[in-house]
Amino acid sequence: MTEERLVVVGASLAGLRAVEAARRKGFAGKITLIGAEPHLPYDRPPLSKEFLTTDAEPAYFRAEEALRSDLGVDLRLGTPATALLPGERVVAVGDEEVSYTAAVLATGATARNLRGAPDLRGVHTLRGIDDASAIRAKLAPGVRVVVIGAGFIGSEVACSARRRGADVTVVEAAPVPLVRAVGERLGAACSALHERNGTLVRCGAGVESIEGTESVEGVRLTDGTTLPADLVIVGVGVTPETGWLEGSGLRVDDGVVCDENLATDAPGVYAAGDVARWPNPLFGQQMRLEHWTTAAEQGMLAARNAIRPAEAKECATVPYFWSDLYDSRIQFVGVPEADEIAVVSGDLASDSFLALYRRDDLVIGALGLNQRRAVMKLRQMIGKRARWDEALAAIAS
Amino acid sequence: MHIDTDVCTGHGVCEGIRPDIFEVGDDGIAHLLTEEFTEEDRQDLEDAVDQCPTQALRLER
Repeated sequence: MTEERLVVVGASLAGLRAVEAARRKGFAGKITLIGAEPHLPYDRPPLSKEFLTTDAEPAYFRAEEALRSDLGVDLRLGTPATALLPGERVVAVGDEEVSYTAAVLATGATARNLRGAPDLRGVHTLRGIDDASAIRAKLAPGVRVVVIGAGFIGSEVACSARRRGADVTVVEAAPVPLVRAVGERLGAACSALHERNGTLVRCGAGVESIEGTESVEGVRLTDGTTLPADLVIVGVGVTPETGWLEGSGLRVDDGVVCDENLATDAPGVYAAGDVARWPNPLFGQQMRLEHWTTAAEQGMLAARNAIRPAEAKECATVPYFWSDLYDSRIQFVGVPEADEIAVVSGDLASDSFLALYRRDDLVIGALGLNQRRAVMKLRQMIGKRARWDEALAAIAS
Repeated sequence: MHIDTDVCTGHGVCEGIRPDIFEVGDDGIAHLLTEEFTEEDRQDLEDAVDQCPTQALRLER
C-alpha cells in the first residue's frame, strides 16, 4: 500500500488552512505545500491597509519552523506547480513530480492589468508583499497618485495613500464605485466616504492610455483629460490562477469547476479559495468568491473532504466581505442581486447605515456601514433562509 | 477559549459559527456568552479560531 500524501497547491490562506485542518483531523501521511511566491504564508488584507500606512512587517501566519516541525509540512516555496496529471496522481513542479493520494488546489488569483498598458516605472498592481512594498516605498506627501478601479482594493489603496498625504484620484469606468459588489445605489453611498475624506473620485471615466517614457507621467481618460501621476495603481480585479491546469483535463470556467463538496472532476482532487467555482446550495447558484473568510473556510473543508471523502460535507456558506475605509468599516453579507434594497437604519449620507437586500420573499443580503453588531446577525438569518418580513422584524426589535 | 480584545475588531465570524457561544456586543467586539465547553464543541471552536480574520481567538487545551 502506498503511503498517503496530501499535496496542497498554493501557500496562501486557503492552502495553509487546508494543511492545518488535515493535521487536526488526524491525517498522519505526508503533506506537501507548494507555493509560487518565495514568502511564507501571509495575510493579504493588511497589504492595502496598515502595511501601506505604517512600516509594519508582513503578517506571516506561522514561522517556518512551526510549519515544518509542528505541522510536519514538506514546504516548497518559490516553486509554482506547473501541471496536474490526474491519471498518474501527480503534481508537476518544473521537472519534479510530486505524487498524491489527495490534493487541494488553492492557487488563488493574479491581479489583472490594463490591456495594452505600457511597462513603465511607477505603475503597479497590488496582490502580494512585493507589490505592496514597492507601492509603500513611493507613497509620500504630495505624490500624485491615480488609482484605476474603485473596487475594494482600489478604494483601500486610495484611502491609505491619502493617509500618507498623497494627492489621490480614483478613476472608475462604472457609474459608481463597488457596483459589482454592492449594487449601484449603495456604491454611491460608499463613494461619499472618499469625498468626505478628500479623495477625488471620477466615475464613468474610461482609461484611454497610461502616459510616460520610462516612468509614468499621467493617465489619459477617454474624455480627453489627462491626470498627472507619479504613481498609478491598477485595481481592476483578478483572474483565477488556472493556467497551470491546461492539459490536465480538469474543467475550468472562470475558476476550477467543483461540485457542492468542492470536489473537482479528478479523483481525490478538491479546490478552495479564489480559484474554486462551486454551486452554493444556500443560494442555488454558482459562485467563485475572492473573500478572506471563504478562503479560510473552503481550505479547511476541502482538506477534510479530500482526506475523508466518505464524510464529505457540502460548502454552504453566506459570503462575507469587509473593507476598512478611513475610520469606517463596510461589511457585506450574502449576495447583491436583489429585487429590492431597503435602508432600514441610519441614512446613506451618514457614517452609519444598514441596508437589506430582498429576492422574492427572502432576505439575501445586507450591507452595513459601521453596523458590526447587526451585520453578523443578518448573516445567520440569511444562512437559515429567513423571510424578508422576519428580517425586518428582527432589525426593528 | 480566549478572545484578545486588543486584536478583535468585531467581524463576528465566530458568532456566525456558534451564536450560542460568541456575540459581538454594542462595543463592536466579540464576547463569550459561556465559559463551559464540551468536547463536542471542539471542532466549532477550532473553526472559529481558524476563520477569525484578525486571529484574535485562542483555544487552550
